[in-house]
Amino acid sequence: MALSDAQLERYSRNVILKEIGVKGQKKLLAGKVLIVGAGGLGAPAAMYLAAAGVGVLGLADADRVDLSNLQRQIIHATPDVGKPKVASARETIQALNPDVEVRTLEGLVQADNVLELVADYDFVIDGTDNFPAKFLINDACVLAGKPFSHAGIIRFKGQTTTWVPGQGACYRCLFVAPPPPDAVPTCRQAGVVGALAGVLGSLQAMEAVKYLTGVGQLLTGRLLTFDALSMDFRTIKVARRPNCAVCGPTPTILRPVDLQPAVCDLKAAKTA
Amino acid sequence: MDIIVSGVKKTFAEGLTVAQLLIEEKVESPEYVTVAVNEEFVEGEAKAARILTSGDQVEFLYFMGGGR
Repeated sequence: MALSDAQLERYSRNVILKEIGVKGQKKLLAGKVLIVGAGGLGAPAAMYLAAAGVGVLGLADADRVDLSNLQRQIIHATPDVGKPKVASARETIQALNPDVEVRTLEGLVQADNVLELVADYDFVIDGTDNFPAKFLINDACVLAGKPFSHAGIIRFKGQTTTWVPGQGACYRCLFVAPPPPDAVPTCRQAGVVGALAGVLGSLQAMEAVKYLTGVGQLLTGRLLTFDALSMDFRTIKVARRPNCAVCGPTPTILRPVDLQPAVCDLKAAKTA
Repeated sequence: MDIIVSGVKKTFAEGLTVAQLLIEEKVESPEYVTVAVNEEFVEGEAKAARILTSGDQVEFLYFMGGGR
């Protein structure tokens, strides 16, 4: 299908790039990206992918918009406080670009629905805020052979890597298993700068755009780390773990497993 | 001997083990930090056994759990 005049204008800065062009824009319009977590990472990722004209954006999040989210979750605005995040995000995306079909799951992504969910998409963005969810998404994407972008942020630091079937280390190669619940702080406990979430979420969107259009080198087999205080970006080459429990030659994880309740506030998790 | 730690060249005494480097570098909660020497993971008891040699490239990978 040819691009309409309005689409040629809307996406002119993509189309003018020789690496993307009309052909690449059509790939974006035919692309389907699932974003798990419509928060600090998911908000900028969703907005840039919507602006770029990615045809289908899936959003999964169980939470409602809280006033404390607005410092970084730029897809939500003050009148959205109290709304489900997926509903608020949908409104922003639809206002931004009506070309985009938004599919929402207002609920937790868990072992019993994650494989079905990722199956409908070309690329997955992990914008979750806790280790059990990050491991769940990794395992599900590896098991389903679904390319995905991982990212984590805390205080002034962030890191991201991309996994594509057969290419490079998965998240479980880097970190074998989640740390105990109170061993590593969350953003809620430790804080995070909004613009840092924007940097990392935008990098994840960049990887999705590159994957869909087939342009450039993905962050496969590399962990990009960013320290906002020193403004140092580094890419660390990471090898696959020969005995990785999910992507190794003799995997012991054969289906996704819920490791513990997927909640952000660990204190709440412990008392629940 | 010179070792590249997180991309920065640093000088240490000969015979330094990975476990000792974690202490020297004041790595917090080292039990939750993945260590790679020359892109090879060094874990558990191997951290105390692995003696670093000049030119080794050491990376520390830290858990970062935030996102929303």
